[in-house]
Amino acid sequence: MIDCVENRLLTSRRRLLLGGASFAAWAYLPKFARAADGRDPRLIVVILRGALDGLSTIAPIGDPDYAGLHGSIALAADGAHPAIMLDSFFALHPAMPEFARMYRDRHAAVIHAVATPYRDRSHFDGQDVLESGYAGPGRVQSGWLNRALEALPRGERVSSGLAVGPTTPLVLRGNAPTVGWAPVALPQADDDTAMRLVELYRHRDPALASALSQGLQLDKVASGDDMKATRGNAVAQMRQVARGAAKLMAADDGPRIAALAFDGWDTHANEGGPVGRLAFLLGGLDGALAEFESGLGNRWRDTVAVVATEFGRTARINGTDGTDHGTATVALLAGGAVKGGRVISDWPGLKLANLYEGRDLKPTTDLRSVIKGVLQDQFGLSDRVLAETVFPDSASARPVKGLVT
Amino acid sequence: MARDSQAALVALNRFGFGARGGASGDLINASSDPRGFVKAELARPNGVLLEAPGLQSTPQLGQAVFAYQDQVKQAREAAKAAAPAETPAQAPGDQKPGLRRNLSLNAAAEISGQMADARPAENTARPEAMQPNAAPPAAKPAPQPLNVIQKTFRAEALARLQRATLVECGFTERLVAFWSNHFCISASKGELARIWAGAFEREAIRPHVLGRFADMLRAVEQHPAMLFFLDNQQSLGPDSRAGQNRKRGLNENLAREIMELHTLGVGGGYTQGDVTSLARIITGWTFAGRQGQLGTPGSFVFNTNAHQPGPQMLLGKTYEPTGLAQGEAALADLARHPSTANFIAAKFVRHFVADDPPPALVARLRDVFVKTDGDLKALATALVDSDEAWRAPLTKMRSPYDFLVASGRLLARVPEDPGLYLNSLNLLGQPLWSPAGPNGFPDTSAAWAAPEGMKLRLDIAAQLGARLGNNIDPLDLLEFAAADAASIETRKTIERAESRQQALALLLMSPEMQRR
Repeated sequence: MIDCVENRLLTSRRRLLLGGASFAAWAYLPKFARAADGRDPRLIVVILRGALDGLSTIAPIGDPDYAGLHGSIALAADGAHPAIMLDSFFALHPAMPEFARMYRDRHAAVIHAVATPYRDRSHFDGQDVLESGYAGPGRVQSGWLNRALEALPRGERVSSGLAVGPTTPLVLRGNAPTVGWAPVALPQADDDTAMRLVELYRHRDPALASALSQGLQLDKVASGDDMKATRGNAVAQMRQVARGAAKLMAADDGPRIAALAFDGWDTHANEGGPVGRLAFLLGGLDGALAEFESGLGNRWRDTVAVVATEFGRTARINGTDGTDHGTATVALLAGGAVKGGRVISDWPGLKLANLYEGRDLKPTTDLRSVIKGVLQDQFGLSDRVLAETVFPDSASARPVKGLVT
Repeated sequence: MARDSQAALVALNRFGFGARGGASGDLINASSDPRGFVKAELARPNGVLLEAPGLQSTPQLGQAVFAYQDQVKQAREAAKAAAPAETPAQAPGDQKPGLRRNLSLNAAAEISGQMADARPAENTARPEAMQPNAAPPAAKPAPQPLNVIQKTFRAEALARLQRATLVECGFTERLVAFWSNHFCISASKGELARIWAGAFEREAIRPHVLGRFADMLRAVEQHPAMLFFLDNQQSLGPDSRAGQNRKRGLNENLAREIMELHTLGVGGGYTQGDVTSLARIITGWTFAGRQGQLGTPGSFVFNTNAHQPGPQMLLGKTYEPTGLAQGEAALADLARHPSTANFIAAKFVRHFVADDPPPALVARLRDVFVKTDGDLKALATALVDSDEAWRAPLTKMRSPYDFLVASGRLLARVPEDPGLYLNSLNLLGQPLWSPAGPNGFPDTSAAWAAPEGMKLRLDIAAQLGARLGNNIDPLDLLEFAAADAASIETRKTIERAESRQQALALLLMSPEMQRR
């Protein structure tokens, strides 16, 4: 299969870097920063590109159909790597101990069975909808976060140290000026891209497949060499981006509103359960959130981090121990300002009849409602601005109240 | 005529620099009349010339180097006088080719950063100051202002890159690149070579790309850049006045390469005696130095004082002592030699069609070369008119230069800063105008499809994808690049990519973009 990358090859490169990790921020401070009440809100939006398997991230262990559907990769409350029970029904992936701690401290929350209004299963279009904030895909050139910034009173420019980032995620692109940063040594193509290309070459151009494979030192890795260190590097890279971003955002004149994108969540094959490919990625995400927490120090108190992805994955695993493109998934909130310690969900159930089109977790919460709730509570944006400008034509998706303390 | 996307790919990729993105309509135009699309450029010989504001002539540039060297010398002497122990300031300038692997991959990061130029004005600050993470890499030294040599090299490179990016099919630019590589010099030879590299191509190559081989040969061998590159300005006739006075003599470098690389080809029927003869014949071919005793500094001159007197025997023919004309007559005969026709025809077909060139096509082009007395436009036309060039599968690997230019064209990015291309070319082993030897860059697929090269191409493609993927629809680009000539596998790989960024990287690396 072309879109399914063999996991045994995935982590094979000796110097793996998450080339897709990027950070960008609003170039200005909101005018109300350092206002009289001392509250100085910060917002971090983390986009996971590739479609996160929500059912593996926050597993509905209490749902009688979950274990059967998720089969060999299902999480369980027992075993060598038990999932972390968040309540009597939902359990967190064991690769995310930091998020578990934040949850226990009531600084992290989960929204489950959430989706954008997009109902097809193309990554590109799904990411367009997720990041543009429009109800459908199109050639939109601005993102909802950028349009939210335009509605905020603009204060001083943020720290002059910031510059053009390697890439500004669509969510933050638009008229409001942005700045960015990337760790200097981030130029390698990520493993997933490399393996997809090797796969294409294998079908179309064996000579190039052979050359590229050698270049990637696949042979060395196929023999199992250096796997551990490679995975460690990848997690370290995700953390590195977060650490740098947090340090910037902690400064008095640093950015208050930023977006990151992490690639690589398209787990069609050998997704893994409590350990494996997804576990390793979630570990990176968990580390990134921890870096934000420690890097922001006192500012974490006023911070909300929103983690979102373009759509979820199939409830039932496929024939390669992975999951295909689905619909509803999870959104994660973390930060001192989050009214946490809860999984917010109108759980649709995993009975066949309850699945969207008989295959995907059915969406019961509009992701826009979640984000609108956060934007409203953090920055005081009005219902009208949120429904007309930030998320056009979204009046029916009312802001979720009380997500932020 | 029915649309033929496969033929359009041949037209655009085998002969040209690939389809341009945006509203160019290249693929559609090329598919409706593939041969006509390629040949249209051949009808505009003046279109091969390259003039851009600020590009100067070889003598002007030579004088600029002399002046610069004088300044450096004065500064060094002043510094020595002030602080005798101090080490002399290192003259900035030439990169040694051996260093190119050390150009860190950050060069690649810069590459795509600069390619992603279409940003709001607010976003144009340079990213140098950002090291907020715990373990910042060593601070960069403050960038030195570019000297006249570096500035010139970049301006020449930019003009060439812009032309290649903007031109319709790119066949004539590909011809320029072919001939420029055939008659290559290397900028890494020294400051004069670096500042002259672009001018050499503009003055000695371009005017003759659709002209006569003999004229190009003469222009090349009399160009100061070539004379400097292959040391002929040092070569003195042993019996010439200068040779007698200075107890120095012949340097065979240029003479050997003229026969081995420029005309007859190795095994083309010449002996060591012929090399020595030709070396004698072209003694005195030099350029005027900074003092200008021989002529305008930096211009070609024939120095009688250095010229070996007497008749010379070359390839069985005697050349009477006619001074400059002696060498010109020898070159004219070399241009007309049957071995030259064979050598050029085979190299030409190997470059454009296949590593193993179809013998019948080579023979036909050789005949055209002979019959037309080396008419290079006729040669190019015969190639385009051949069936073989359109039937042969697209198996040639794009060189790094072709790959970068093709990518820039597809992304509709007109280069504004040559740095990104120059860095990438260094990284990928094809530093612009700086091959490792006088035989130029290799022209076989094996050379460019090497493991490390492919990995680096992928890294560069991934960076371009990360920077530019937001702005584009990779499937639209695939339509521009290949339309229905794209393989199902390529289309699916792009469709199923997990992000636009990844899709763009995969598209740029697809066989459709790598092969020509």
